[in-house]
Amino acid sequence: MSLLAVERLSVAFPGQVAVRDASFAIEAGETLALVGESGCGKSVTAFSVMRLLPPNARVTSGRILFEGTDLLAEPPAGMRRIRGKRISLIQQEPMTSLNPVLSIGAQIVEVLRRHEKLSRRAARARATELLDLVSIPDAHRRVDDYPHNLSGGMRQRVMIAMAVACGPKLLIADEPTTALDVTTQAQVLDLLDDLRHRLGMAVLLITHDLGVVAQWADRIAVMYAGRIVEKASIGPFFAEPLHPYSRGLLGARVDVDTDEHYLANRLSEIPGSVGSAAGEQGCPFAPRCPVAQAACRQAPPPLLELDAVDTGARAVACPVSVAQTGGRHAAAVG
Amino acid sequence: MPLLSVRDLHTRYAVGRQVLRAVDGVSFDVAGGETVGLVGESGCGKSTLGKTILRLVPSAEGAIVLDGADITRLRDGALAPHRRRMQMIFQDPFGSLNPRQTIRTVLDTALRVHRLGDRGERARRMSEIVARVGLPADSLDRYPHEFSGGQRQRIGIARALVLNPALIVCDEPVSALDVSIQAQILNLLVDLKRDLGLSYLFISHDLSVVRYFADRVLVMYLGRIVESASHATLWRDPRHPYTRALLAAVPSTDPARKRGAPPIKGELNTTDLPAGCRFSGRCPMAVERCRAEEPALRPVGEGHHAACHFA
Amino acid sequence: MSAPDLSNAAPPAVAALADVGNRAAPRKGRRLRAFVRNPTFVAGVAILGFFVLLALFAGVLCPGDPQDIVGAPVLWPGEDAEFPLGTDSLGRDVLGRLVYGARASLLVGISAAAIGLAIGMVVGSLAGFFGGWIDGLLTRLIELFQTTPTFLLVVVIVAIREPSLQTIALAIGLASWPTVARLVRAQFRSLRESDFVMAARSLGYSRTRIIVQEILPNALPPVIVAASVMIANAILTEAGLSFLNMRDPNVVSWGGMIGDGRDQLRTAWFLTALPGVAIAFAVLSLNLVGDGLNEILNPRSDQ
Repeated sequence: MSLLAVERLSVAFPGQVAVRDASFAIEAGETLALVGESGCGKSVTAFSVMRLLPPNARVTSGRILFEGTDLLAEPPAGMRRIRGKRISLIQQEPMTSLNPVLSIGAQIVEVLRRHEKLSRRAARARATELLDLVSIPDAHRRVDDYPHNLSGGMRQRVMIAMAVACGPKLLIADEPTTALDVTTQAQVLDLLDDLRHRLGMAVLLITHDLGVVAQWADRIAVMYAGRIVEKASIGPFFAEPLHPYSRGLLGARVDVDTDEHYLANRLSEIPGSVGSAAGEQGCPFAPRCPVAQAACRQAPPPLLELDAVDTGARAVACPVSVAQTGGRHAAAVG
Repeated sequence: MPLLSVRDLHTRYAVGRQVLRAVDGVSFDVAGGETVGLVGESGCGKSTLGKTILRLVPSAEGAIVLDGADITRLRDGALAPHRRRMQMIFQDPFGSLNPRQTIRTVLDTALRVHRLGDRGERARRMSEIVARVGLPADSLDRYPHEFSGGQRQRIGIARALVLNPALIVCDEPVSALDVSIQAQILNLLVDLKRDLGLSYLFISHDLSVVRYFADRVLVMYLGRIVESASHATLWRDPRHPYTRALLAAVPSTDPARKRGAPPIKGELNTTDLPAGCRFSGRCPMAVERCRAEEPALRPVGEGHHAACHFA
Repeated sequence: MSAPDLSNAAPPAVAALADVGNRAAPRKGRRLRAFVRNPTFVAGVAILGFFVLLALFAGVLCPGDPQDIVGAPVLWPGEDAEFPLGTDSLGRDVLGRLVYGARASLLVGISAAAIGLAIGMVVGSLAGFFGGWIDGLLTRLIELFQTTPTFLLVVVIVAIREPSLQTIALAIGLASWPTVARLVRAQFRSLRESDFVMAARSLGYSRTRIIVQEILPNALPPVIVAASVMIANAILTEAGLSFLNMRDPNVVSWGGMIGDGRDQLRTAWFLTALPGVAIAFAVLSLNLVGDGLNEILNPRSDQ
């Protein structure tokens, strides 16, 4: 049984569908990267798992199984016991996700005492340990600091300390380093990776940066306009992305390790914008797709599970690309 | 003669009772048709440097020379003709356009303020520029909110181009955009540079983008340039430990190319500068001398400068 | 790069042409719908519209001078069909006086708010745009006016000059501008740092153009909201003044009617209650309009 299994999840906002028919699973201890551009539904998916959607959002179909129980059927009180203890969330903006009028120690103590029977003194001692765990220097001294005394990277470490305080099985990290500098990003993501191994938790890493995915994730799910268009292990994905959108994303990215320069190479573009998916009957990517065929505009292609001898659990929502790869991937409708 | 010449420029902000030295003695040139990349972490002063050069932020000391004319102290009226020669493209495609003006108003006002052309000529210039940046022809009478992020950035580029400048300061022009749109905008900027002979001062925190886009790169740390070199040299042979750390921290899309441990510790601290080398607090190879004596930016190779005792 | 077959994607012009998918509806139509759909705003406008119509067509609705004695004193509403809302202690038509009172109250309210807005916007925008010592000086001035009790200030000004409608409007306007000035100053301070103002400066626009064309239109929404509340406050202040007999003797106003009815409060309470209700509804309607505008013009609800 997977730790988390999202099955055919659809989430709608008034006037638009944010997530369509999304299915994916996370195994215990692994990092799954959910990748896509702004507005593709990746954050909405994550917030559905936490049951923290804005009031005007509605889950129209699907199940979210966490350790076998459907979170969507969980009563609010049960959900409150799960949040912060079994599943935690780290958000993008470390500047606003901490309460500015409470010391960081007090905020960690609050989380601990909510979920675990700990005396004030024991909770404080644990809070100091946690700050130490996330490599905040002089933890016993900084425990009484307020968020404004800390740099962005330090605040994100505090957020991580709070998130792992009760030993969650799943950590959802929503663009955890987007607001940070590149040197700080490496430090924070290494810390997350280290904690994952030490605490045996799974990480759902939401990001738009394929470099972050390649370096810190085990598997990837690519979302486009509310749909998951490709699922793969990291190695096979970066070796041969199958969905035209995945290929486009990788092609459009400037990689620091390549010798591309504007004088010699033109960047490959994905033409148009994601807005063209609105009102599209078929594949949402069809209006921008270089290999689209008439059939693509008829009905959205299903996510085809590929025979996984050399590819790991791999699926792609593009029959055209699957056909192009010839006999190497024998496809079966999933 | 370079198009832009910046000499020992200083910009200071008062933060409470303290003085923040955002730009602290920066000198460099931009030649005609050249793209100079300015890279550094947030808070290093790169954006302030760009705005100081455009005279949007007052400088404290130093000189800004554009086309041989010292514009550092010119007053509004005398500055106006020079403003036409240098323009800016902003990071945020939402905040950089007045939400209450149509694209026509934005472009037409700029032309009218500089008394360029009669009504017909202005209209021609506007449709020409809108087509040039790849916007649909009916864009002129629309408001910014009717466009996607990438299109808004094209509008920002049209505004920067409409006065026919020689130098454009691009302040993180693709950082707020999705990857698939970034490539579109970068390609557009490359085309414009080639066709119009523009020079860019390209400010970014993203080394991969700077590596692709710049002819020459300046690395900035806490208000100072710590290394400058041609793009090829810098990537082949980075000399300053900070440059190396920056390069090592960029995640590669090749999963096989695993990074080592994060090369440097800590974060940029803009409030109290250490004595000696500004980077000494985070530098893996700092010694006693680094904490006592500030290294000067000195030549370390052909067109290659670094501010490190050990470079 | 591992995506060989995509390296020759469409040229940029074609790419951008395809990039027109997510256009919102044109701004004007959307705004209009937002106005009509907002129940608070519609209710406020309906009540306010009623009073405005009364004020405009007072002469048609109730011909004749409302100050004329036309009937027996203190007729109760309904007692005489000729005076549906009765007559006051001097035998003047209450309905006619209410209708003409709407004219005076709205006139004072709007002109006072206009004066307050004009001063407040000039002071606020100069202080917010220029900052530095100009801001320091103007902020002291704002504080000076704000620490003086508004009503006291109005009473003093009206007491110095004779209490004509103009004086009253001027006095209320002079006492109410600091609120607007603070609001406009705060807007200007944040907007002057915005990227589009930076862009305007880099294009070489003059300060006047930047203030008037770039910043002011974006600073207006909260000011418009404040304006409707200012009119309401001005109507209340005028009523208070009239009640204290600091009123234009030649003009009928609601506050004046309450003042006149004071002596008959126990015997003929309707003489105070009717203009009281009128004031309450007028003030309520303006506050509703303000609330509605606040919701509609708030950029966060603009999505």
